[in-house]
Amino acid sequence: MGRTTFHTDPVEALAGVADGDTVLVGGFGMAGMPVRLVDALIDVGAKGLTIVSNNAGNGETGLAALLKAGRVAKVICSFPRQADSYVFDGLYRAGEVELEVVPQGNLAERMRAAGAGIGAFYTPTGVGTLLAEGKEQRTIDGRDHVLEMPIRGDWALIAAQAADPMGNLVYRKTARNFGPVMATAAATTVVEVRETVDLGAMDPEAVVTPGIFVDRVVTS
Amino acid sequence: MTAQQGLPLDVSGAAEHPEPLDRAGLAARVARDVPAYAYVNLGIGQPTTVADHLDPAQGVVLHTENGMLGMGRAAHDDEVDPDLINAGKVPVVEPPGASYFHHADSFAMMRGGHLDVCVLGAFQVSAAGDLANWHTGAPDAIPAVGGAMDLAIGAKQVFVMMSLFAKDGSPKIVPSLTYPATGLACVDRVFTDLGVFAVDHERGRVVLLEAYGTTAADLAERLTGA
Repeated sequence: MGRTTFHTDPVEALAGVADGDTVLVGGFGMAGMPVRLVDALIDVGAKGLTIVSNNAGNGETGLAALLKAGRVAKVICSFPRQADSYVFDGLYRAGEVELEVVPQGNLAERMRAAGAGIGAFYTPTGVGTLLAEGKEQRTIDGRDHVLEMPIRGDWALIAAQAADPMGNLVYRKTARNFGPVMATAAATTVVEVRETVDLGAMDPEAVVTPGIFVDRVVTS
Repeated sequence: MTAQQGLPLDVSGAAEHPEPLDRAGLAARVARDVPAYAYVNLGIGQPTTVADHLDPAQGVVLHTENGMLGMGRAAHDDEVDPDLINAGKVPVVEPPGASYFHHADSFAMMRGGHLDVCVLGAFQVSAAGDLANWHTGAPDAIPAVGGAMDLAIGAKQVFVMMSLFAKDGSPKIVPSLTYPATGLACVDRVFTDLGVFAVDHERGRVVLLEAYGTTAADLAERLTGA
């Protein structure tokens, strides 16, 4: 088999998460949110984390619970403000958590760049806006572009539908979202899956994330 | 002279319709301008309702930025699947021919210029087609941009759907933005309850195409103070 390891205990699968680490957290709303891993991250106890995720938590579970527990120093996301994002809202207004708002396409592409070994990239997204202030600009083919830097994680925590013993992953419907991108962009990628399948049972043509990007799998 | 009096506006060729557009009428009016077989992204909120007015014969394919093409209608009752939602996080259904993809591919469809049309809400649109729809600029506001900046610069055509006047009566088509910009010179058409406008990018002006429930002259007066 490959070097991907399999765990039933999500806390064990997060062994090594340290204070100040950058953690990429998959999901768009609750679809694709690695709920067990985020809960386990609270139990692990690391503080001063930078969390990179599309949203900044809903209600009082998952990322909101991690924020409420005081473990997060900075959130990098595209859409923090939601009807039930009151935990984040309160911490942000109290100055207890830093926020970097990133256009959703830049968020995905900056992680893709990190995973693909691209040092930075120019994009027209954000030109002439507050989010381009202080960034290098360049005109390419007559169009203004902004230089955007990669976002690399110490950890990626994502959810997938199924893993095989090689760590190959398939996802389900729109729960795929950031998972395949984040899996490439972190030093250690941890995936919670709903099911594991036997060697040879996953169609190689259907694999979305090849096992090279998957370090640890948490099974149900 | 107010800043609004500097709005470059041409109303000379506008068609006049006696009735204003209600919300459903506005959505239907937007739907009529969506080209056949277009790949289209509908923004969260009011733009989503445009889907209800697309004729299946138009062959339009809906894109949702959380990773689906060929998105279906809202799901009901036992159709609801937490793994299958749209960008507004509303459960939807999967029609035949749909496809799923990850976020970097989804935004490549916008940023790479593959998407034909997006329909967005707005706080303001300027005469140059600058768009403001992500941030009020208020000091206590928590900014949230989502995919708006990517859509604004990426889609081949950007349609804005909004009320023409804010609740305080101020026009939302303005000589230049007073809210923080989402994108510059990106809006092509503005659909409102009282009028449909085209942005003339070459001449930096707004052209009234159709007035609803009022006259072109009345809109000119209310928008420019002239």
